[in-house]
Amino acid sequence: MAAPASGSFEALAAENEALWGFTKPQLIALGLMLVGILVAPAILYPIFLMKVLCFALFACAFNLLIGYVGLLSFGHAAYFGMGGYLAGHAAKAWGLTPEASILMGGLAGMLLGWVIGWLAIRRQGIYFAMITLAMAQMVYFFCVQAPFTGGEDGIQAIPRGRLFGMIDLSADTTMYWLVAGVFVAGFLFIHRVIHSPFGQVMTAIRENEPRATSLGYRAEHYKLMAFVISAALSGVAGATKALVFGIATLTDVFWTMSGEVVLMSLVGGLGTLFGPVAGAAIIITMQNYLAEYGAWVTVIQGIIFVLCVLVFRRGVVGEIGRFLKVRL
Amino acid sequence: MDEIFGIPAPLLFGQLLLGLINGAFYALLSLGLAVIFGMLNVINFTHGAQFMLGAFVAWMLLNWLGIGYWGALILAPLIVGAFGIILERLMIARLYKLDHLYGLLLTFGLGLIIEGLARNEFGSSGLPYRIPAELTGAWDLGFMFMPIYRGWVVIVAIVMCLATWLVIEKTKIGSYLRAATENPALVQAFGINVPRMMTLTYGAGVALAAFAGVLAAPIYSVNPQMGSNLIIIVFAVVVIGGMGSILGSVVTGFGLGVIEGLTKVFYPEASSTVIFVVMAIVLLARPAGLFGRA
Repeated sequence: MAAPASGSFEALAAENEALWGFTKPQLIALGLMLVGILVAPAILYPIFLMKVLCFALFACAFNLLIGYVGLLSFGHAAYFGMGGYLAGHAAKAWGLTPEASILMGGLAGMLLGWVIGWLAIRRQGIYFAMITLAMAQMVYFFCVQAPFTGGEDGIQAIPRGRLFGMIDLSADTTMYWLVAGVFVAGFLFIHRVIHSPFGQVMTAIRENEPRATSLGYRAEHYKLMAFVISAALSGVAGATKALVFGIATLTDVFWTMSGEVVLMSLVGGLGTLFGPVAGAAIIITMQNYLAEYGAWVTVIQGIIFVLCVLVFRRGVVGEIGRFLKVRL
Repeated sequence: MDEIFGIPAPLLFGQLLLGLINGAFYALLSLGLAVIFGMLNVINFTHGAQFMLGAFVAWMLLNWLGIGYWGALILAPLIVGAFGIILERLMIARLYKLDHLYGLLLTFGLGLIIEGLARNEFGSSGLPYRIPAELTGAWDLGFMFMPIYRGWVVIVAIVMCLATWLVIEKTKIGSYLRAATENPALVQAFGINVPRMMTLTYGAGVALAAFAGVLAAPIYSVNPQMGSNLIIIVFAVVVIGGMGSILGSVVTGFGLGVIEGLTKVFYPEASSTVIFVVMAIVLLARPAGLFGRA
């Protein structure tokens, strides 16, 4: 890649990047987010915060696909839910430590993503979305029937266990730091992927797939790898959530969950680094306050969907970025 | 003729009939999706909600206004279709210049709103809707009893599909539609009002979904989730058949219904997943779909 054009692009990119691929405004936002994560448990209810962080990781993983490869997956609940089931089963039936259980959840998401992604990348655009949705529904029906998921009851009373066999996680305040650690690691990993040479090719495929192919890149391989990474991280997020709440249920594999993660990324801003985090925080907060109104939550989520698509396509973080004339 | 492949004949034929009925709904819904997609380039995620709305409008017409099944069969599609036209004019039409994915997201949101409102108003448990008096009872076919209403649904669905095919393939308005699907700019240049055609196409597709909803009302209980459960399967049907051909989506719809029915007899555990398995196999063998153009 010694072409002059790419050389000048790299010089330009280096000029904008302050540190580790972050631009200056992104570094400031990252600092604010980290301070927020450190301070928040002193002010807010830890269970709520852990829920936000799990969904934030889920939404970031989803956004890696839609925002940077341009693939709309409408079946991400499959990896999230299956990650939760596997982690719950590993922690409860096999007695694995929490970190091993979370890894099992990530592995489950990864393998499932490999199979479904391998099928889905054969088609593009809306067909891709429909295929991922249909395959996720198949996973849902599998979970309804499979013996280890506990059917309608789900897996209940999943023990949090001891981290590395030593640190007892049963206190919410201790568990919080594990969840925060998993989230930050996942967030930085996604950022690293986007700013690697691999990520540059991903973006090239999003912008112009035939051109990327004509330059010798095998677009299918890149799409599949991005899909697998996204699915694995979704599995990790689901696994962490299962450990936090001690329960893994059918709700997490149902298509409504796939819709929710789309909504979070859309509200925050597709293709922005911090958008999914903000979106997850907004949607989870809304659900918390509206929980007693039942089906109105669905109606309001639908209204937010419609508003975002019609008038607010950049999302919260995208709009802030545009206002400040920076990329966030 | 009591047993076929070791299966009691009444069970086998009963499930085949159920399969045909499910297939009738797959065919009607995937047909509407295909027509809308061909013209508007939008995958109408609201289709399931509009199917459900058809059933609910039939229920409301009966219980609030005393209009029975036959009236509802005509009025409900008109009402829901008009509602669809309003949605298209106010919202969907704004997205034609954007990526197709936004159309999918918008209609998904609209589906959530409609389903949530229905759940608020009517609750999650189903409402009963009686089979019209003229169609109650059963025919004795010799090898099985065929409830008349079920036979009616299959026949009406087939007639409806054929009628749609005839309109699109054999009439002048259908030829405009096919031309505008291929090249809207050129058709517009000939002085045909393409935006209005798009609006009417959407209305017609939605009316078709509502018509299917009225047909379904006496068979399934009328409940807010009846559409969203169905629409995902219909998406798989659409992926399997491809959206290029009208007859293709009809054949695929009925065929998959029958396959599902047979699976219920021979391997019941897989009956809820068999269509998705077929989809995976088709994607491996013919990624463009059975009747699709690559």
